[in-house]
Amino acid sequence: MSHADDMMHSESIEARAAHWLRKSELGDWREEDDAALNAWLGESMNHAVAYWRLKAAWKRAERITAIQSAVEAKAAPQPRRPYWPFFLGAAASIAAAILIVIGLPLLQSKQDVQSYATEVGGHETVTFSDGTRIELNTDTAVRARMTTVERVVWLDKGEAYFQVKHDAAHPLKVFVAGHRVTDLGTEFLVRDDANYLEVALLKGRARIENVKVPKSAQPATLAPGDVALATTDAMSVTKMDTRDLQSQLGWRRGVLVFNHTTLGDAVTELNRYNRQKLVVADPAAARLQINGTFPAGNAELFGRVAEVVLKLHVENRGGEIVISR
Amino acid sequence: MAETPETDREGAGSRGSDAAMNASELEAWFVREVLPLEAALTHFLRHSWRNQSDIADLRQDVYAQVCEAAKKRTPDPVKPFVFAVARNLVINRVRRERVIPIEAVADPDALGVAMDMPGPDRNVIARDELLRLRAAIDRLPPRCREAVIMARLEGLTGRAIAARMGVSESAVSHHVENGMRAIADMLYGEDLKS
Repeated sequence: MSHADDMMHSESIEARAAHWLRKSELGDWREEDDAALNAWLGESMNHAVAYWRLKAAWKRAERITAIQSAVEAKAAPQPRRPYWPFFLGAAASIAAAILIVIGLPLLQSKQDVQSYATEVGGHETVTFSDGTRIELNTDTAVRARMTTVERVVWLDKGEAYFQVKHDAAHPLKVFVAGHRVTDLGTEFLVRDDANYLEVALLKGRARIENVKVPKSAQPATLAPGDVALATTDAMSVTKMDTRDLQSQLGWRRGVLVFNHTTLGDAVTELNRYNRQKLVVADPAAARLQINGTFPAGNAELFGRVAEVVLKLHVENRGGEIVISR
Repeated sequence: MAETPETDREGAGSRGSDAAMNASELEAWFVREVLPLEAALTHFLRHSWRNQSDIADLRQDVYAQVCEAAKKRTPDPVKPFVFAVARNLVINRVRRERVIPIEAVADPDALGVAMDMPGPDRNVIARDELLRLRAAIDRLPPRCREAVIMARLEGLTGRAIAARMGVSESAVSHHVENGMRAIADMLYGEDLKS
């Protein structure tokens, strides 16, 4: 690129950089966009610096939202029906004393099986030769056998987001917590919590059935927005609005999104990503509600927000961060 | 891309690390070391160049040249190097366009751009980060702010924001992209578009 071309065009370069950033941040990203963005960035250093600059500013803007929204949450202590607490509460009540039995993996041949795992705070994407992508959230383990004959994945623990290249002849099957999820052209989220299994469908269709106790619940076919909650012997399907689904997928972007979540539940969620654990020492403090987007894996920042905004006492004891009144 | 300026000729005397950086290291280095200089750099360019509508172009070219150079050899200290690049760029343009710049290229020192101390911008930004962020968000036009907050705070998709705001997805894209650019201008430097 000639010098003259570099000159005079910062305006249009920056506009293009904003276009790419908006696409990647607002869930408007297609597979081919990775290559197109890289090609554009490689064309000229002017492109790269414009993009880096906007991206860095946008990342910094994340911090204000955490503070600002926590203030709003405190100012409005009686929200509309909170979503997460409802889910967690419901799950806890049916899940007491239920033992989760994991998958059928031991019966399968070990051949062609690949293992993938993340540590606490980790986040990895695995792309298979057929184009299927699996994104592993924190503390997650999966095994996969992806052959021309069959496509099978076992989620042994944690949470993963599946973007499946559909192939009607070889539907991808996910075995998790005694259930089988079969893709029918799909993007879906599977989370194996200590208390329940959750499958959320974002695109296409998928089928979920209990293979361990087949008579306990009817197989269900999920449509976009459907969330199936299952235990070893029960299953329910709920409709969830896209906003809440996207919030739940914040970890894909490295953030956790809370909407009128109690401090106790938020801390439980945050601790999935942190080695240094947050502890709420006071039941009254645990019931305070917060809103906002927080970077996953940053217990310290969260502690600071609790201190500054919620006016709580926060003590960093090295191994853990203790929050109390 | 234009030639990398010879910084020694400008007396910046850069020592550097010879280790080459890959793209993500370069990005991290640029964000950490160069972007915090934006307010001072913009100030310098404004005083060195008559046509204020060229400032954003000049600044982007400074960044691009600094990063091209850093790809091969990381300049250390960074600040004198960035200003040497800026000064050379202005001088080259003066020669090429035969225009007379304001004050025939301002002396960075005379403008209070101290070379041997961390710029006040860096300290101020660190201290006032949250205030600055909040002010930046508050200064966005209302519809733009609404879209930015939904995108950044709630992590909504373009489609979800469009549905909530009752506008088209392309209108949301427009608001968010403008918001991203305005936030960068306000966080890193002066607001060039005002």
